[in-house]
Amino acid sequence: MTTIRISDDALARACGADELAAAFEKAGASVERTSSWGMQWLEPLVEVDGKGYGPATPDDVTAILDGSSDKGIGVIAEHPFIAGQQRLTFARAGKTRPLSLDDYEATGGWSGLKRAREIGPEAIVEEVLSSGLRGRGGAGFPAGIKWKTVAGAQADQKYIVCNADEGDSGTFADRMVMEGDPFALIEGMAIAGEAVGATKGYVYLRSEYPDAIDKMEKAVRACAHIVAPFVCEIRAGAGAYVCGEETSLLNSLEGKRGEVRAKPPLPALKGLFGKPTVVNNVLTLAAVPHILMEGGASLYDSLGIDRSKGTMPIQLAGNIKHGGLYEVAFGITLGELVNEIGGGTQSGRPVKAVQVGGPLGAYIHPDQFDIPFDYEAYTAADALIGHAGITVFDDTADMGAMARFAMEFCAAESCGKCTPCRLGAVRGMEVIDRIRVGGRELAGVETEPQMHNMPKKGRSPDEEIQLLEDLCETMKFGSLCALGGFTPYPVMSALKHWPEDFRK
Amino acid sequence: MSSSQKLAEIIADHKGREGALLPILHDVQKEFGCVDENSEKAIAEGLNLSRAEVHGVVSFYHDFLKQADPRPVVQICRAESCKARGVEALMDDANKAAGERVRLSTVYCLGLCSSGPNARIGDKLHARLDSAALTKLIENA
Repeated sequence: MTTIRISDDALARACGADELAAAFEKAGASVERTSSWGMQWLEPLVEVDGKGYGPATPDDVTAILDGSSDKGIGVIAEHPFIAGQQRLTFARAGKTRPLSLDDYEATGGWSGLKRAREIGPEAIVEEVLSSGLRGRGGAGFPAGIKWKTVAGAQADQKYIVCNADEGDSGTFADRMVMEGDPFALIEGMAIAGEAVGATKGYVYLRSEYPDAIDKMEKAVRACAHIVAPFVCEIRAGAGAYVCGEETSLLNSLEGKRGEVRAKPPLPALKGLFGKPTVVNNVLTLAAVPHILMEGGASLYDSLGIDRSKGTMPIQLAGNIKHGGLYEVAFGITLGELVNEIGGGTQSGRPVKAVQVGGPLGAYIHPDQFDIPFDYEAYTAADALIGHAGITVFDDTADMGAMARFAMEFCAAESCGKCTPCRLGAVRGMEVIDRIRVGGRELAGVETEPQMHNMPKKGRSPDEEIQLLEDLCETMKFGSLCALGGFTPYPVMSALKHWPEDFRK
Repeated sequence: MSSSQKLAEIIADHKGREGALLPILHDVQKEFGCVDENSEKAIAEGLNLSRAEVHGVVSFYHDFLKQADPRPVVQICRAESCKARGVEALMDDANKAAGERVRLSTVYCLGLCSSGPNARIGDKLHARLDSAALTKLIENA
C-alpha cells in the first residue's frame, strides 16, 4: 500500500491538510502525518516516495495516486528551496512524525542529553560558550554566559523557562519547532537544566497557538521518563504581546499582571519566584541538542560570520511568493532572501519595503538589500534581526499607515509600567495623524486672548515631524523594555525612506 | 453542579501549583465564557489574594472577558504580515457579514504569516482567505 506523508503543522491544517489526509485514506492509501518541510506556499504538500505534490486538494487525490498529477515538484529534498538550506535546528523538518519517540530516537534524538549527562555541568556550559550560540529571541545575548551566571548562583531551586510567546507578526519558527519537533525543545531544556542545576522547566506558550499547546502537552507527557528528574510543564499565555519580554513573562508565569520588571536584578540571578532562572527562546533551546552532540559545538562555531555564529531559521512572510522557513548560516543578504529564495512578491508587483524582526523591526528599503544577515550589521543600519521574521510589502503599501499602526500596536500592547511607552505610543498616533492631515491650527481655548503665552500659530507638518522625532528619541532611550524602546524603529525608518507617504 | 461548585472545583484543582492564577483564569474563562466579579471574589479568597490583585490580572490580559458574550467569535489577524497580504481590504465585507450576530475580534498574529489573511474560530485556523472565503466563514460561524 502506498504511504502518503502529509504535514500536521497548523499552517498545513489551516490550508486543508486534514481534509486531504481523510480523502487519501478514503482512497485506500495509508497516511502518515509528519512535520512540515517549511515550503508553505506548497501546503498542503503531499509526499509519495520522496516526491512532492502541492498545494494539493482532495480533488487531486486520484491523480497523485496514479502519478498523473501536474502538481508534482519532483524530489522534495532536492527542491532548490530545501537544497539551499543548512538545517540544524530544523534537521527533522518534514522527515519525522512529531510525537513519535521512535522517529526522534532514530534521527539522533536524546544523544545530546546523553552526552551532556556524561560530560557534566561545567563542560556543557563550556561547549555552549564555544559554539557561539546567541539568544534567538531578538537580543542576541550569548546563551553560554547566561547559563554560566545561573550555574554559578546559589539557590535551593532554579528554573529553566522557555519563552514560546512568539507574538511578532512574520515569525513562526518557534511554532514550527513546537509542532514539528517538540522533543528537541524538551531535550534542549533538559540539557539546560543539567548545565545549571535546575530540575523544573516551564514553557510559556502563547494562547494563539492551540496546535502547539496540544502537541507540547502530549510531548511532555510522552518523554517525562526520559528527561526525569527534570520536569517540564506547559503554561498558556493570555493574549498579551508584552509577555514575550522576559521579565514580563516571568511575572505572568507567577500569576501576576504581565508588567515588565526593571533590570537589575537579572533574571539569571533573581528570576521566576525570585530564583535563578534561565530564560531562553524556543530556537535557542532547540539548537542546544545539536550543539551538545559530538563535534556539534565546533561545527556551529564554524558557520556564520563575525560574532553571529551558526545558523538562523529565517521566516519568509507577508506578500512573498515562496514563503516559509529557510534555515541558513548567518551572512546571507536580504536581497537573496527576498528576491531569489522568496521569488519576490506574491502579488507580482515590485517590492516596496521589507520589515525584518517583527512589529518592532525597521522597514528596510530595497536600496539596502545588500546588508548581510548579521546582528551587528543590522544594528549598524539602525535595524534589527529580532526573531528573524521577514515581512515583505509590495508597492501598494502605505508606509505612513504602517508607521501609525506601529504606534497603535504599541499603545494596545503596552504593559503600562513606564511612561514613554504608555503615553508616548498614544501621542505618537496623534502626531502621525496630524502630519498626515497637514499639521494643526490653533483651536478652542488656545485662541482666547487670555492665552497670550501660547504660540501665535499652529504647527506645520515639518514641526510635527520634529515633534515625532523627539518623541521617538524619548521612547527609544526612556522605555523600560523593547516594546516602547523599539517601536521608534518602524516609525522612523518609514519616515526616513518613504516621507511622501506621510503627506496628504 | 452549580456554577459556584464548579468554580470551587477549578480553584481546588490548581491551588497547589506554582503561579496558579493564570491556569485558574483560563479554566474559568473556558467554563463560563468570562471571569466576572463573583469569580474574581472566589478566586481571591481561594488563593489568599486581594480582589484588587485578581482584578488587576484579569483586566490586564486580552483573553479574559468581564462579561460573557453569547455570540460566536471570529478572530481575524490584522498584524503586519496579514496587512501586507491585504486583510484591511476584506474588513468592510467582513463587518457586513458579521452584523450584530457575530463578534469579530482582532488578533495580532496566528503564526501563519506567509499565507494570510488568517482567521481563527475556536481552535480551528483558516489561511489564504479572500473576501468570499472570509464572508462564508463568518456566515457559518
